[in-house]
Amino acid sequence: MEQSAAEQPSPPTPEQQERALEREIRRRTIVSFILFFLLGVAAVMGFRWLKGHPQDAGVQAPLRSVLNANEKIFDKTLSDGHLAKTYPVSAAATHVRVNGDVGMSPNFDPNTWKLRVIRAARDTLFLTLKDIQQLPKTEIVFDFKCIEGWSQVTHWAGVKFSDFVKQYHLDAQAAMKYVGLRTPDSAYYVGIDMPSALHPQTLLCYEMNGKPLPLNQGYPLRLIIPVKYGIKSIKRIGTMYFSDQRPPDYWFERGYDYFSGL
Amino acid sequence: MKKIVTKHPLAIRWNHWINFPVLAVMIWSGMLIYWANDVYKIRLGGTILFKFFPESVYRALGLSYKLAQGMAFHFVFMWIFFLNGFAYVLYTLISGEWRSLVPNRHSFREAWQVLLHDLHLRKASPPASAKYNGAQRIAYSSIIVMGFGSLVTGLAMYKPVQLHWLCAALGGYESARVIHFILTIGYCLFFLIHILQVILAGWNNFRAMVTGFEVVKGPEHRGMAVNEQGLVIPPEEPLTTERPTIEK
Repeated sequence: MEQSAAEQPSPPTPEQQERALEREIRRRTIVSFILFFLLGVAAVMGFRWLKGHPQDAGVQAPLRSVLNANEKIFDKTLSDGHLAKTYPVSAAATHVRVNGDVGMSPNFDPNTWKLRVIRAARDTLFLTLKDIQQLPKTEIVFDFKCIEGWSQVTHWAGVKFSDFVKQYHLDAQAAMKYVGLRTPDSAYYVGIDMPSALHPQTLLCYEMNGKPLPLNQGYPLRLIIPVKYGIKSIKRIGTMYFSDQRPPDYWFERGYDYFSGL
Repeated sequence: MKKIVTKHPLAIRWNHWINFPVLAVMIWSGMLIYWANDVYKIRLGGTILFKFFPESVYRALGLSYKLAQGMAFHFVFMWIFFLNGFAYVLYTLISGEWRSLVPNRHSFREAWQVLLHDLHLRKASPPASAKYNGAQRIAYSSIIVMGFGSLVTGLAMYKPVQLHWLCAALGGYESARVIHFILTIGYCLFFLIHILQVILAGWNNFRAMVTGFEVVKGPEHRGMAVNEQGLVIPPEEPLTTERPTIEK
């Protein structure tokens, strides 16, 4: 069969062109807006799914995975050469902010306190405050940063954790990935990755503003770790132990980042 | 005769609409974080004019005691915010779209005319000679600079010891936090004006951000010539004076 020339459509009139254009506009608008709407619904559903997702240590599991991945990216920036900025002693606050009393049970007897250093199973070292004060003393004045968002320039002194490790021959222990610290009542506890613990500004601290630590600042011994938020600077250390797994961490269990490095 | 004219490329529409919910999550989670140390106030002399934020705001939006939640969301969605912004900048640079976005030497005078017109202080509307007018060029370029500012101040606060040089360059830890906060207020103000302008500009303009096309009447489109198929002839010759940025 042959297509006859008579069947060829005549050129569209301006009205037909206008109508075709309107149809085209309507079609493209509707398609785009349906897609737009569906993507919007998907975004809202995705967010609700994320918010309602079962938790891993106090935070939605997918968020926790990303926080752990963030650590793997940003712990590369940690270096013994990167020091927290230090200040002259005159810049230090005289009224030092006290934040948090978990692990500070009132029935604590500082006179019988000893630091327990668990070197291995059934191999525990007990140290008095005097023992620790025998070690080389280091002072630091730095801007203490709380995870809540405030910071304060404060003055501390004690022994560098790295010096402590050297003096007590804890090299085998320091070769592990983490150090765990907890209060005598085990109510507060932190885990610190070893590179941060061995950072030259990390102190086992027994003095604040040139005097023994006040009881509410962790007398007899606390941690001062400027490369982390204050939540890691545990007060009143009772026990120290070493591990290749993450030691339990009080605020981690409540949804915070494990690394919490600055 | 009406014409369908392509206005916004697909990539820019995706970047624009991804940014909206992501920035909303960043501001919400940022407020959960800010709540834990909500020290900023607007003071005039000794009197406090406004406190960020009144207790009623926290209560109404359910923002209290959720610092951990806020940090978790903030440090996850920061990646999307960053990647989306990065993709946008990269696309505008490669595609040449930046030419219609970056302010030129006429933009500030034109923006002033737009402002006077929008405030009904000036009758004549400024000549619409390009995709964006001077006020838009300034606003849309500023928002990118602000996004970059949020990124670097955020990074400085996130790693103030490891990135101490960045923190110091921004005036220190506290200063980075203040700048980060002010930029966020800036986004909220931008959003309000943006919404108002979109409403005033009307359906055709809004539809273009979703569909990518705009319907124009007549053979001319913002001073650009249109061929028989209704397609805009690329403004090579006529617009060279409109693009002083590429002149030497």
